[in-house]
Amino acid sequence: MPADLRTYLKLVRAGFAKQAHYRLAMLAGLGTNLVFGFIRAAILFAAVTSAGGSLGGYTVGTISSYVWLSQGLLGAIELSGRAEVGDRVRTGDVAVDFIRPVDLQTWHLAEDMGRAAYTLIPRGLPSVLVGALTVGLVLPRTPLPYLLGLVSVVAGVAISFYCRYAVNVLGFWLLDTRGVRTLYTVTSTFLAGLFVPVSLFPSWLHTVAYWTPFPSILQIPVNVLSGRDAGVDAAAALLMQGGWLIAVCLVGRALTNAGRRQLVLNGG
Amino acid sequence: MGVETSAWSPYRAVLASRLRAQRAYPVGFVLDVLGSLLVGLVELAEVWVIFSNVRVLGGLDFSAILLVFGLSNLTFSLADLFVGHLDTLPTYIRAGTLDAFYLRPLPVLGQLVTSELELRRISRIAVGAAALAAGLAATHASLDLRNVVLLVLAVVFGTAIFAALFVCAASVQFFLINGAELTNSFTYGGSYAASQPASVFPGPLKLLFGYLVPVVFTAYLPTLALLGLPGPAGLPAWLAWLLPVAALWVWGVALVLWRWGTRHYQGGGG
Amino acid sequence: MTSGDAAAAADPVGEPIIEVADLTRTFTVRRRGNGRGRRVRTTIAAVDAMTFRVSPGEAVGYIGANGAGKSTTIKMLCGILVPTSGRVRTCGLDPLKHRRELSRRIGVVFGQRSQLWWDLPLRESFSILAAIHRLDGAAAGRRTEELVEQLEMADTLDTPVRQLSLGQRMRAEIAAALLHSPDLVILDEPTIGLDVLSKARLREFLIGERAARGTTLLLTTHDMGDIERLCDRVLVVDHGRLAYDGTLPGLAGTVGAQRVLVVDLTHPTGDLTGIPGTSHLGSEADGLRQRLGFDAEATTAADVLAAVADRADVRDLSIEEPDIEDVVRRIYRSGGGTSPP
Repeated sequence: MPADLRTYLKLVRAGFAKQAHYRLAMLAGLGTNLVFGFIRAAILFAAVTSAGGSLGGYTVGTISSYVWLSQGLLGAIELSGRAEVGDRVRTGDVAVDFIRPVDLQTWHLAEDMGRAAYTLIPRGLPSVLVGALTVGLVLPRTPLPYLLGLVSVVAGVAISFYCRYAVNVLGFWLLDTRGVRTLYTVTSTFLAGLFVPVSLFPSWLHTVAYWTPFPSILQIPVNVLSGRDAGVDAAAALLMQGGWLIAVCLVGRALTNAGRRQLVLNGG
Repeated sequence: MGVETSAWSPYRAVLASRLRAQRAYPVGFVLDVLGSLLVGLVELAEVWVIFSNVRVLGGLDFSAILLVFGLSNLTFSLADLFVGHLDTLPTYIRAGTLDAFYLRPLPVLGQLVTSELELRRISRIAVGAAALAAGLAATHASLDLRNVVLLVLAVVFGTAIFAALFVCAASVQFFLINGAELTNSFTYGGSYAASQPASVFPGPLKLLFGYLVPVVFTAYLPTLALLGLPGPAGLPAWLAWLLPVAALWVWGVALVLWRWGTRHYQGGGG
Repeated sequence: MTSGDAAAAADPVGEPIIEVADLTRTFTVRRRGNGRGRRVRTTIAAVDAMTFRVSPGEAVGYIGANGAGKSTTIKMLCGILVPTSGRVRTCGLDPLKHRRELSRRIGVVFGQRSQLWWDLPLRESFSILAAIHRLDGAAAGRRTEELVEQLEMADTLDTPVRQLSLGQRMRAEIAAALLHSPDLVILDEPTIGLDVLSKARLREFLIGERAARGTTLLLTTHDMGDIERLCDRVLVVDHGRLAYDGTLPGLAGTVGAQRVLVVDLTHPTGDLTGIPGTSHLGSEADGLRQRLGFDAEATTAADVLAAVADRADVRDLSIEEPDIEDVVRRIYRSGGGTSPP
């Protein structure tokens, strides 16, 4: 077991190091984050002001936090349906991966964790910083929300990975996963609360959203980090994330096993 | 092979062939169309969710916002239809297709633009047009000559503005390998900004999207002019009549950037 | 008056179809120096002060190791790449300034890359190209038919290009490049990956095309068979510099590569050493078969045979030409020393 853990830690580090070659793309991604952040902030500020200063429990300050935290986490969360494993399934190279003594899903999880960690540096922190320095935002003054928030972010990144993994593993059966991935991207960004906080959804849509793992990917980590969900609410939020984490992970594993059988039966 | 040898026939030939190629994959095509439709509907839903919480945003109610949404989506999707594939320029470079363009007696940009026509954008165009129609009905906007002219200007030059942004984005790809990440900020960022009431923008943002990357001209300003609303400080409604000027400005920049880009490519930056 | 103009003035034959004078193309390469973070910028000359001229109707082979500068030169001839310095004129035109006019007069085939429309039937690629080159409908039809027949592509016309085999695709690319009957055809590695039969057919077609239209041919290849069959002139480029410009047999002579006379004698004889102009390479079967190497520039096979016949009875003979690969390798070695970047 310890040997396996060391291997996975190495993979995390590899995922982290790989991003160092894409510094320019990271900076560009930060630019896009900031542009969208300013636009969203402008819209949501106007919405809150129009509602009399409080909208769905958000003030101008707290909705600013929501905007900048969510923009900052975008790089790590990766809401588009892309996953490296998808390319390997498409080209058939995945057959080689199955021979290796490393679990396919966990291996890619480890690399994705490293990748996500890296993005926090050029995209995550600067987004929050810019937001704070320009339009201002409200952040908790105690350490607990940040600690819980970190756990929540890690859980959110993992859930996002497991979802994308499951979508891409469908490539064992689908010739081209582009359609499914587009569908995933559109649905996930909407229901994760990227453009509008989920709590502002009309109640029926709100229910629909929470029947999916998507709010647990972005909305929940932002809520916990900003202190909006605190105490019991934070505990409940983390518990829900845990539940989704296990559920999506298991779906991915089931699909992988089925896909592996498919590969063996049909010769790849 | 007819006897026609007009200047447009090579472009027509390539476009016709692209249409035929897409007909060859009907299932994939239908899925793509549905996907695009979903994207359009979800974007509309995002606007609608905000308006389920507030009645007025930036001085516009939901029916007026429908106009803004409709115009911006329609013009962006039309531009996407014609030149959306330009941001895959790195693929053309890697495959040697760009070099093949240089070996033909046609302008390179012209060949690039006509090399593809993604029909699946049709559904987003439909969503935009439907929202525009709904907005016109809901706001009871009178369709007199002035307003019709305004709408035509908005659709034609709005599409031109977004098309120019795509050309700028492609030009940037000559210099940066992963340039797509950077250009997304003004192509897709511009599209997003265009669908919002610019009155909510702070000064710098008004300057950016009102004058530098003038996407505000594609939907918000025409909506103001259509409804007879005055417009915020710095962006008066009568600016809508200067749509052609805005389009000229962006296209000027786009062609200069394209020139730089191709020079760089021929200078060995490929 | 530049040196190019002076040379043109002195040449009574007429304007060259390719004219390259002191053509240079450098690239700056940024490499990580010793230790992290220090980037060392080095300038590499992919093409270094090349000078040569090609007259209309010639068939020129352009050979060199990978990375020696062949593709770079071709790109500059076509206007895809800007020279760092020097002068290039193709069909009398500046490729950069008159790209479009030039593209009507040249046809280019890049072996590794396709100029056809990947997912459409081959027939459509031809019709689109005909439209692009503004070819008159009836003439285009005749020309396509002619090319299809000569390249034996009738049964592939309705196949999407991506489904064609490599041999079929290469033939299609060449047909596409020749559709508008250009004055100059540039082929970059056209026979790479083809089997022997396909290569032979392609070569015969190019010979026929040249004979019929007087098309100038510039061919880069690693296959010496292509050069031997198609070209009357060879340019050898090494590390961006022109190492040799002349005929193929002359090439062998330049590096002192030898032709070999193999004689079968009626009786076992001692080693035939000491024949002027030859070196004794070996004897087999007790001297029944002997191999004598000789320099093609210094003596002839006939003279060597006469000298051998003076000393022994010759029953049979054959001549081995120098291995062209070996010859080219020698040229590279003598020219450079370090491997290409």
